[in-house]
Amino acid sequence: MFRRTVAALGAQWPRRMETRRTAAHFTFTPNQTQPPVQGNSEKLNMYQSITSALDIALSKDPTAVIFGEDVAFGGVFRCTVGLQEKYGSDRVFNTPLCEQGIAGFAIGVAVSGSTAIAEMQFADYIFPAFDQIVNEAAKFRYRTGNQFDVGSLTIRTPCGAVGHGALYHSQMTEGYFAHCPGLKLVIPRGPTQAKGLLLSCIRDPNPCIFFEPKILYRLSQEEVPVDDFSIPLSQAEVVRPGKDITIVSWGTQVHVANEVCDLAEKEGIECELIDLQTILPWDKKTVAESVKRTGRLIVTHEASLTAGFGAEIAASIQEECFLYLESPVKRVTGYDTPFPHVFEPFYLPTKWKLLDAVRKSLKY
Amino acid sequence: MLRHLVRGLGLGSRVLRSTPVIRRAGFHRASVYCNDVGGGEMLEFPGARTRWTESLQMFNKDSYEPLPVYRVMDPNGNVINPEHDPKIPDAKLIKMYEGMVTLNVMDKILYESQRQGRISFYMTSFGEEGTHFGSAAALDDKDLVYGQYRESGVLIWRDFGIVEMINQCYGNSLDAGKGRQMPVHYGSKEKSFVTISSPLTTQLPQAVGSAYAFKRAKKNLVVMCYFGEGAASEGDAHAAFNFAATLEAPVIFFCRNNGYAISTPTKDQYRGDGIGARGPAYGIATIRCDGNDTLAVYNATKRAREYCLKENKPVLVEAMTYRLGHHSTSDDSTAYRSIDEVKTWEEKAHPLVRFRKFITSKGLWTDEREEQFRDEIKKEVLRVFQEGERIKKPPIDVMFTDVYKEMPLHIQEQRDQLREHLSEFGQHYPLEQFQ
Repeated sequence: MFRRTVAALGAQWPRRMETRRTAAHFTFTPNQTQPPVQGNSEKLNMYQSITSALDIALSKDPTAVIFGEDVAFGGVFRCTVGLQEKYGSDRVFNTPLCEQGIAGFAIGVAVSGSTAIAEMQFADYIFPAFDQIVNEAAKFRYRTGNQFDVGSLTIRTPCGAVGHGALYHSQMTEGYFAHCPGLKLVIPRGPTQAKGLLLSCIRDPNPCIFFEPKILYRLSQEEVPVDDFSIPLSQAEVVRPGKDITIVSWGTQVHVANEVCDLAEKEGIECELIDLQTILPWDKKTVAESVKRTGRLIVTHEASLTAGFGAEIAASIQEECFLYLESPVKRVTGYDTPFPHVFEPFYLPTKWKLLDAVRKSLKY
Repeated sequence: MLRHLVRGLGLGSRVLRSTPVIRRAGFHRASVYCNDVGGGEMLEFPGARTRWTESLQMFNKDSYEPLPVYRVMDPNGNVINPEHDPKIPDAKLIKMYEGMVTLNVMDKILYESQRQGRISFYMTSFGEEGTHFGSAAALDDKDLVYGQYRESGVLIWRDFGIVEMINQCYGNSLDAGKGRQMPVHYGSKEKSFVTISSPLTTQLPQAVGSAYAFKRAKKNLVVMCYFGEGAASEGDAHAAFNFAATLEAPVIFFCRNNGYAISTPTKDQYRGDGIGARGPAYGIATIRCDGNDTLAVYNATKRAREYCLKENKPVLVEAMTYRLGHHSTSDDSTAYRSIDEVKTWEEKAHPLVRFRKFITSKGLWTDEREEQFRDEIKKEVLRVFQEGERIKKPPIDVMFTDVYKEMPLHIQEQRDQLREHLSEFGQHYPLEQFQ
């Protein structure tokens, strides 16, 4: 009951956040790298770029359907606004309030060859669907000997810190799924990446979970190509080159790290910042190449430390780059506690914690 | 008394429902409004359409008649009401019965072979053959089937063949599933039978999704989804029933209520009127039938299929039966139920026996034919079984394929690591069993 109240409020949150922009724990940096496609662009925030991707997906694929809790009227975060009017109620529709049902239904749609784009209202509520995702979706192609698959399945879900989301409107849940072979996990850092990566997920022949950092829905704004385009999965992007230390992150935390790069620069430290973009299967090559040049690595993510995805990166890179490392791989992450309400400013892996880690790594 | 009251109420509301309700312009949808008809008041809360009462009542299982069990044949295989004889053509009746015997013979041989350690696991269908063949014969062979694991007869009906089944149980290189799953986890794209997985009930909401996609694609096909009464306790069953009703998906939920979920009797599984009574609560048309009466199962499934296609809505069929065999080869059911109980059911309600009596009375089957056919099938199963055992397992690399459509770098690396490891330590592994 409470949860529904909060969910309904969701649409209001970003608006409030706009007025509290200065209070956000990061500053959004618009895309500074080469646009992934030529042609006209339009200024969009992330929820609008997601709508644009969904619009393109529906217009080019008559089998594609979008469903989930409250998507028909436009979604609690406005990501599906106007789509039902444009494509009809058999293609964009509400489901009963039941995440395991949404995931199972989506798998069935995909088994029959149609494109299923399911929404979980918050990544915090994806756990009732954990069984369907981990035991079913991820293993479908493998266990059937490639007779059946659910490659045309994409699950979109808002994730991450939002300032006041507390335990159940803040979680980054990618780590739970990273342990599951068969899935692809993708997290964009802004509107351009959201559109290109989401279209890749929808068209990828494997089941994908697309995590949307909800604090970026309205807070991020940049020029996004109007046309259909995609950004390849399992490819990290070096968003800022540097020679002294590598910082790897994804989602909102890329912007936190970007600020740290500025701060460190003033201290004469050149950080190389990598947006991992795809958590599974992740781009070890790009990270390893960077670390071989810089000799140092920090992984930073909002999710808690123990067995977070940072652990996977740290372990793999020390194995791959043992002779190149000049300091231990550090992880700057959330603490091993549930995500708290009033303590959020202290819980998050802030730019100051990250700067502290950069200095310590350089001094090691 | 209470029961009468409730039934009276039901009728009353139906009358009221057909009466036009006066809507005043500007009246808020969420408001309660009423229209006096025949002394009753018609209400529309957003959540339910009903009427007021000043009598404080609690409703429970006894407020309603239990759902009756539809049957066509008596225990001696005689059709009780000739109007309900489905008049299945003779050739089809014989194919149904031969399929039942084939399944029965195969179950006996594979069960024994597991006891001898020749395959790792097996699950028989003893006592439930009627639900498989009665339902499968009433479907179009292109209707997509999602099963639980005790529905091998559906595949036999669709001519999947005992060769494929035995190859799956061995996980040899001819298994379409590439030896990855436990025995009895059959699947066939060609036969529109979605590969079985162990997690119970996960297939139910999936079946709804496929049915929804079928409806959009105007395929004129339904989705058939089998499950046991134990599986119906999982949350996914609730999800599926509710999604199927609200999203109007042409899916048949076919529940095999055989009295037990491993050791758990139905009194520990639920306290309502079985699974069937849940159907109307979700707004799903429901039929309860005698699962040991193959003709009743056939009629129920046929009716369900017609309804699905015409209405684009789901149907729930609950087939009442009895699990005569152990749950699986890992289970000894005498630990929780008496041999007498099993014997009683075997004597009074075996679907195979009843169906045999029916086709014998029609002159389609004889004792000689029975003996001859059983003998043939037994020889065939044993031959296929021995052949399947000799076929090597798939190449070891097959362990790494199909995780994703393409093989990602990290899995390629792991495959190469295993290759390298085996090149040095191969003598410690059963390499000779693999291609």
